[in-house]
Formats: sequence, C-alpha cells, structure tokens
Amino acid sequence: MFLTYLRRELRRRRRQAIVVALGLALGIGLTVTVTALSSGVQSAQQSVLHSLYGVGTDISVTQQADRGSGGPQRFDVQRQRGSDQNRKSFSTDRVTAGIGLQSFGAATVAKIAKQPHVSAAAGGLSLTDVKVNGKFAQQQGQEGQGGPGRGGFGSGGSGGNPGAAPSQPPINVDTFSIEGVDLSAPGVGPLSSVDVSTGRSFTAADAKAKVAVLASGFAKQRGLTKGKTLTISGTKFTVVGVVSGGGQSTDVYLPLAAAQSLADQAGKVTTIYVKATSASAVDAARAEVKKVLPKATVTSSADLAGAVSGSLSGAASLAGNLGRWLAVVVLVAAFVTAALFTVSAVSRRVREFGTLKALGWRTRRIVGQVLGEALVQGVLGGVIGIALGFLGTYLVNRLAPALTATVANGATGGGAGGHGGTGGPGGGRFGGGFARAAQHTVEVHLAASVTIGMVVLAVALAIAGGLIAGGFGGWRAARLRPADALRRVD
Amino acid sequence: MYALTGVTKRFTKGRKEVRALDGVDLSIGDGDWLAIQGPTGHGKTTLLQLLGALDRPTSGSVVFDGDDLAKLSERRLAAVRARSFGFVFQFFNLIPTLTAQENVETALVPLKVSAKARRERAATALADVGLADRSGHLPAELSGGQQQRVAIARALVTEPAVLLADEPTGNLDEDTRDEIIGLLEGLWKDRGLTLITVTHDSTVARRAPRIAWISKGRVSLRKDDRRVQRPRRATRKGTDGEAPPKGDDGATVPKSAGGASPVTDGTTEEETAAE
Repeated sequence: MFLTYLRRELRRRRRQAIVVALGLALGIGLTVTVTALSSGVQSAQQSVLHSLYGVGTDISVTQQADRGSGGPQRFDVQRQRGSDQNRKSFSTDRVTAGIGLQSFGAATVAKIAKQPHVSAAAGGLSLTDVKVNGKFAQQQGQEGQGGPGRGGFGSGGSGGNPGAAPSQPPINVDTFSIEGVDLSAPGVGPLSSVDVSTGRSFTAADAKAKVAVLASGFAKQRGLTKGKTLTISGTKFTVVGVVSGGGQSTDVYLPLAAAQSLADQAGKVTTIYVKATSASAVDAARAEVKKVLPKATVTSSADLAGAVSGSLSGAASLAGNLGRWLAVVVLVAAFVTAALFTVSAVSRRVREFGTLKALGWRTRRIVGQVLGEALVQGVLGGVIGIALGFLGTYLVNRLAPALTATVANGATGGGAGGHGGTGGPGGGRFGGGFARAAQHTVEVHLAASVTIGMVVLAVALAIAGGLIAGGFGGWRAARLRPADALRRVD
Repeated sequence: MYALTGVTKRFTKGRKEVRALDGVDLSIGDGDWLAIQGPTGHGKTTLLQLLGALDRPTSGSVVFDGDDLAKLSERRLAAVRARSFGFVFQFFNLIPTLTAQENVETALVPLKVSAKARRERAATALADVGLADRSGHLPAELSGGQQQRVAIARALVTEPAVLLADEPTGNLDEDTRDEIIGLLEGLWKDRGLTLITVTHDSTVARRAPRIAWISKGRVSLRKDDRRVQRPRRATRKGTDGEAPPKGDDGATVPKSAGGASPVTDGTTEEETAAE
C-alpha cells in the first residue's frame, strides 16, 4: 500500500515532482561539478607543486642575506681590441651564488639531517650565470680611465659606474640559472621531481664530473642535446641528460661540487632540501629546522601553494569561492523550493490525511508517506543531478582553457630578485630583471573528474534534500487534526 | 455503548470564544441508530467528531465501551478509530489516486492485515455494496452514489461497532440519496451496527429510530426510545469471526428499511427548513 500510494501520488503531482526533482538535480549537479572542478584544480595545483618542488622534498630552507652584507661585486670586463680602433668590445661571464641568500655550511646540512623528524637533507647551491658582452664607445682622453664597472648584481648590479665610458648598444646580457645538486641524497632535492626526457639524470658517480643536466626549455632554446658541451664561466660541461618538469625554475643542473667550484663557494649551499620522516611529521620537522636555523625561511609545500598565482590560482579561487557559494545557494534554493512544494502539497491534502487519520492511520505512518514521496523526488533529483554533474565536468574539461600557475621563486628558496638595490642606482635594473626571471610559470590542463566520493556526496545531498522537504511536509502533516477531515471542504 | 456526560467543546475564533457544545448529556446504546439534526453551526459535526474520537471535549467525558475517549492517548485513539469506528463523509473523502479497491484497503492498513487478506476483504466489502465490478476504478471514474458506496465499503471493511456518517447524502441527488440511505439502513439492520448520522435532511432523519436535535450546542432527543424493530440482530464480524450474511449473489446489498414502520419524530417542517 505504501509504495502504491506513493507511486500514484507522485504520478498525480508529476509536474510538481519533476520541478522539485529538477531543482534538486540542478543544485546537486552544480555541487558535483564544482567539487569536481575544485578537485581538478587541487590536483593541478598538486601537479604544479610537484613539478616545482619535488616529490621527495617536504621542506626547503633558505636564509636571506643580511642587508648590505653582499657588498659590491667586481664585474670584470675584458676589453677586446677590434678592427675599429674607436670601439672596444668587452665581455664577461660570471657565475654568482645565491643572490640575496645567505649560504650554509655542510655542517648545517648534517645537523638538520640528524633532527628526529628529518629523514634526509641535501644541500643545493643556486647560482646565476650572467654573460654580458658589448662595446665601449671611445671617449677622447679618457680611454683606460674608466676601469671596470662596479655595481650590485642582485646583491650587486651592473651599472652604477660613473667613471666608465658609456657603453653603446648592442649590449647582450644572457642569464641562466644553475642549481648545484647534492648527489649524496638522491631522493631529495630539485632533481627528485623531474622526468628525464633524454639521456639520464645524475648518478653518485657524477659527483666530481664536469657534467650537466639541462631543463628541456633551456636545452631547446640553446639547441643543446645530450652529448653536447655547455661552457659556463670558462668551464666545459658535457650534457648527459635533458629533463622536463621541475617547474623550469632551474635551467642547468650541475653536481654540487662543480657548482661550488664555479662560484668559489666550496662547501657552501644556499638551499637545504629536507625530507620529513612522514607526511604527518612535516610540521614537526619544520619546527626542528627552525630551531636549528632561527633566521631561516622554512618553506613547506603548503606555503608554496599559497604562493601560486596565475589563472590556476584564479580557477582555484573561482571554484573555491564563487563556485562553491553558487552551489550552496542553488542547493539551498532547491531545498527550500522542495520543502515549500511539499508543504504546499500537504496543505492541499488536509482532507486526505485527515481522512486517513480518521481511518486509524497513525501520524507516524502519514509522516512516513510524505517523507517517502519527498525522498523519491530527492533520489530522482540526485540521479539527474549526478548525470548533470558528469555532463558539467565533461564540459569543464572540454571547454576550460589551459591554466597557468606562476610561483615566485622566492617561495621555493631561489631568492633571486628583490635585493638589487645595494649596488647603487644601476643595480636595480638587473635586480628587477632577475626578479622577473625568477617567477616561473607552469601550464597545466585542468582534469576535473567525478569520483565515487562525489557520487556519495550527491546521493547524501539528494537524501538530505528529500528528508528536509519531507521533514517540513511531514511536520505539517503531523499537525493535522483528524477532525479537519470532516470540517475541510475543498 | 456511549455515555456522554457534561460534554462541552469550546473553540476560539480570534478573540471570540465559540461554545460548540454546551453540557451535552447523551447515551447511545449498542445497535442504536441515532440521527443528529440541527441548524448549521450549532454543533452537529462537533458532536460527531467527539463520538468518533476525532477530537476531545474541552470538559466532560465521552465514554465508549468503558473507555473515556477524552483521556486516551493519541496512539490508543487511533487504534480505537481503526478498530471500532467507520466513517462516511459528505464528500466521500476517497483518496483520488487510489482505485476503489485500494481506497477500501486503506482502512485495513492500520490493522496490519496481510496484503492478501486486505485484498480479499476489500473485494468482499465492495461486493457488499454492489460495486464488485468497479473495484479497479478511480474515484473520478465513479458517480457520486458509487463513490459514497465505496466510502461505505471502506467504513465497513473493518467491521466496526459504530458507523458514523456525516451528511452521507448531502452531496447526492434524490434518487441516489434514497439508495444510499437504504444501504445504510440495511447494513444497520443486518450487521447490528450502531449507526450515527448527522443530517440536514428530514427524510433521512425520519428513517432513524432516534433523533437528537442540537441547537446552540445543546442536545434534546426528539424520539425517545422509539426504536425500529429489526428483523434480527446480526453478529458483527470481529466479535465472533462470522462473515456478515450475504444475499443470493454473494453481496449483502440491503434493501430499504423493510418492515420498519415509518417513524415520525415530531420535527416540524419549519424546524427542518431552518437548517
């Protein structure tokens, strides 16, 4: 009788039942889509973080150099005699370590590695290679008096040499980033997250070798492939592999010892990559590192997530805020509509329910009947909603443009930029330039998908919608007096 | 069967208090047929609701078979309604989405009768009122008289002790009215029911052996103890398990009052017209 009555009643009110079910379906479909989108964005963020950060690395440690401690760096410019005696060409190739960053000794790395919640620690040395070449304009009576320019480069810079002869264009400035990789801890550090496109990554045997691994973008730009040679500050390195991923934050990877040698930073590192003993121990490990290096910037992947900007960030914000609120508003509207329709339907059935009460039906049974009808509408809405959710997710995947994520390198411990001012007026230019170069953009494709969890959520929402609507209707039905059956004429 | 003592029922309408029943004392015996007459708004339906355990008095007691209905819990009242009372309404009050058969079955739902027994009993009840061939029809597909027959079948399928009818012919044409009142009268005679009808119609009221006139919430009996002599007192199913007597065609379609002599209750035409 329950099912017969329920089926017939829904059939009688089918238009209203369809409206209620569609309202719930819209809310549930939107919720599923937004949740799928949100999950897709989250997964894209993870992918970005993965590529920028490294699978094995939980925490990175850098420390800003004390302001002014870098001091001006000498910018050796070699004058070259050209055919035109009035113009003298110059060129320089200089590797600078950790611009604006304090370096750590090997002992610090070892100390961090011994912390209870730290499973491994590896040092990394961030370097920047700057090649500048151009020509000096000859100035009467001043030749040879200008001398090399001094200035800050990051912590220094290029210009700012009032005594130098003004150079004339074209002056070519070529920079790329270098990361010295500690090969004693292979699971941790910048190469832990990359995919080898061609050749190979480093092995422990490469520790003292003059070999380099290139980021795919850099290799393509320079036309370098496996087996070719890259000259950095006069030292030749053989390319053994090209890697992708890794966020393109580094152009050239070198064994740590080679990198230290290039920058005259023997035994020094600018970044310490830390792997915690477990995912849950990251915070504890972070606290321990902070204790060892109180002034250091200790960055975990959670911090990095906050530094992601770009359209991915916009999508995350859209899914997280607008989408979620829209889903909530539509859901609430659907629930309220369903509840109002159900209450209205009960109000129109006063005589019917009153009659049933007069026949001896208990209030519980009548409320159950109303709840059952509302639940069926809710479940119908849920089924349609899940279908709409799949459709919405499909459309999002089809129509969503590729998302870009930009992460300021400072967040990953590169630390370039921002300290260009110490070298005098001209230094700001390169400092700013590095800051721009230090932002890394990764393009990701949004892959939103409906998971079992989302289907369960949709079913739960459908049941909740049905129960809420039925609850209101049932409450109205429970308050009916059987005497109304005799009194009500409609 | 019924003993009403000092029954008062008050309603509040806005700031006004309406006294629907005012100190009603009334007793109704087992097997009585009492017609309740009176002007509109003077408490007829309220009295029927109290007798049918659909409402509680403001004060006084409504004792039915030893239980004061005013004091029973909602749960027990529902059980009493399901077991002991059958209701027939002016507007039939059938569930529009259910067939005649299913409508009759609804009365058996609270009695937790098995689906099979429910179907059988409902079919029998429909046959009893002459609607065996209409069991699959929806109320909208039946005439007013047929709908009221279905309602009577629904009221009787539980084999109640009391049949309460609120203007059972109020929504029917004259021919159908006679048909329905004849049916009720036959059932009353054949089944030993206690029949309580609220009616405006003096023609209907005159068929009842007792008439309670209600005016301004007070009841006066117009036809004291002039019971119609019934041919025999049929036992109610449910007390001894016997099925009600059936006609040749298997149905207990009753004839009109038969041997019962017409009863005049002294109600004047003016009084009736006043309703």
